[in-house]
Amino acid sequence: MEHGSVADASASTFSIVEEDHTLANSVRFVLNQDPRVAFCGYSIPHPADNKVNIRVQTTGDPARDVLKDALQNLVVMCQHVRGTFDNAVDGYRANKHAEEMDVDEQQK
Amino acid sequence: MPKKGEKKAKEVDDVPDQQEKKLPDYLELQRTRVSCKADAPIHCAYAAMGVDNSMSVEKFRKNFKIEINRLTEDDMEFDMIGVDASIANAFRRILIAEVPTMAIEKIFMVDNTSVIADEVLSHRLGLIPLDADPRRFEYMSENDVPNERNTIVYKLHVSCEKGSQRITVKSGELEWLPEGSQLNMSSPAQSGDKQKTFTSFSQSQKEIYEKPLGVKFKDITIARLGPGQAIELEAHAVKGVGKVHAKWSPVATAWYRMLPEVVLLKEIEGDDAEELVKKCPVNVFDIEDLGNVCTRNTKETCTTFLSRKRAVVAKPRACTLCRECVMCPTGEHIELRRVRDHFIFTIESTGAMPPEVLFTEAVKILEEKCERVIAELS
Repeated sequence: MEHGSVADASASTFSIVEEDHTLANSVRFVLNQDPRVAFCGYSIPHPADNKVNIRVQTTGDPARDVLKDALQNLVVMCQHVRGTFDNAVDGYRANKHAEEMDVDEQQK
Repeated sequence: MPKKGEKKAKEVDDVPDQQEKKLPDYLELQRTRVSCKADAPIHCAYAAMGVDNSMSVEKFRKNFKIEINRLTEDDMEFDMIGVDASIANAFRRILIAEVPTMAIEKIFMVDNTSVIADEVLSHRLGLIPLDADPRRFEYMSENDVPNERNTIVYKLHVSCEKGSQRITVKSGELEWLPEGSQLNMSSPAQSGDKQKTFTSFSQSQKEIYEKPLGVKFKDITIARLGPGQAIELEAHAVKGVGKVHAKWSPVATAWYRMLPEVVLLKEIEGDDAEELVKKCPVNVFDIEDLGNVCTRNTKETCTTFLSRKRAVVAKPRACTLCRECVMCPTGEHIELRRVRDHFIFTIESTGAMPPEVLFTEAVKILEEKCERVIAELS
């Protein structure tokens, strides 16, 4: 849900339901890395409601597009994390297997 | 919100300045390390200094590293380097609260003559970790019929005979019923031979899931029965997330800490070095011998040697930030820091899924959250 002015699309507040610090802080971090962003922050209006407000102010581009790009970047980062993690686990397992084989060889 | 290491957005530069302006040392320190001192951390607008602090996805891809330290069936420890605290924290929060698991939710009590009240017994049964992969099950809402795809049924029927010793009811006595519920809903001697039970399994779960869906740990004490007491109940387990109730949390716990960095600003030699090494409870420091130095005048025969030794930082990773080393007199020469983007993650699984699978699921859930918001925005 976007709260902004019709005339100026570069600054608006996005109210997202069913979300909390988990997503909001990560999105805020990724938004800050974007050079088009002049200001961004998030707040939780009340801890009992499951809502979070993300404020985005840009240097000209519509805030909605900038937020979408930031979310896409976060998705790409997550996919990269997953890939790296899986490779690391496979590498670790292969190493352990190789070590055990060596130990068996030495024990013989 | 307290922002550690907050990087403000850069103004769009018209002239691409290829010269990478470097921050002065103390500011570079502030940007990449967390100083563990008495006062709170401070941060400034690095963009104003002309330093490029923006980070593209490409740079992230280049700098991101994962190193696995320990990986067993139940827990793992790995290093995540190149990511920010907000994302590491997001993974931790999702691991604890939003990765789904199976846990007992409904109890159909037939007989409970033990000293443990019904609700207390039910609460204990809910907390027992089950050896079932939640990815193979579906969520069940209030209106759904319990079937073989969203429910696991267990039976517990124990009694202690009169005259015998007290017995302890362990979690291993929970019996898995792959055919579904055995309790009849309507009273007997009603409609024909087909009785309606509390679940409608169209096929046995034995055919769907290869291994038996028992409990993970068979030695958890559920209750104690004295002579003449008995417990007979049926338990239904469903899929849920830790946010609703902690019994559905798949990790015993998951935590991270930043890589500690211990820096000796000045050489610490001789007895001070020995004292420092003894002070640290986790042996972060070690003695390095620098050879012997004769203290007497060279004209006379040298009979005393003062072996010069100094303290070095041997295992900074083990530092627990107890600050014993900075409290002693040589403490002003020691600086304790943490590296801002290096996280040592530990995940302890309760057994439903191995820890590496849990982390992968947590990352998938963060992706799904983003995609849900993107869909809402479009």
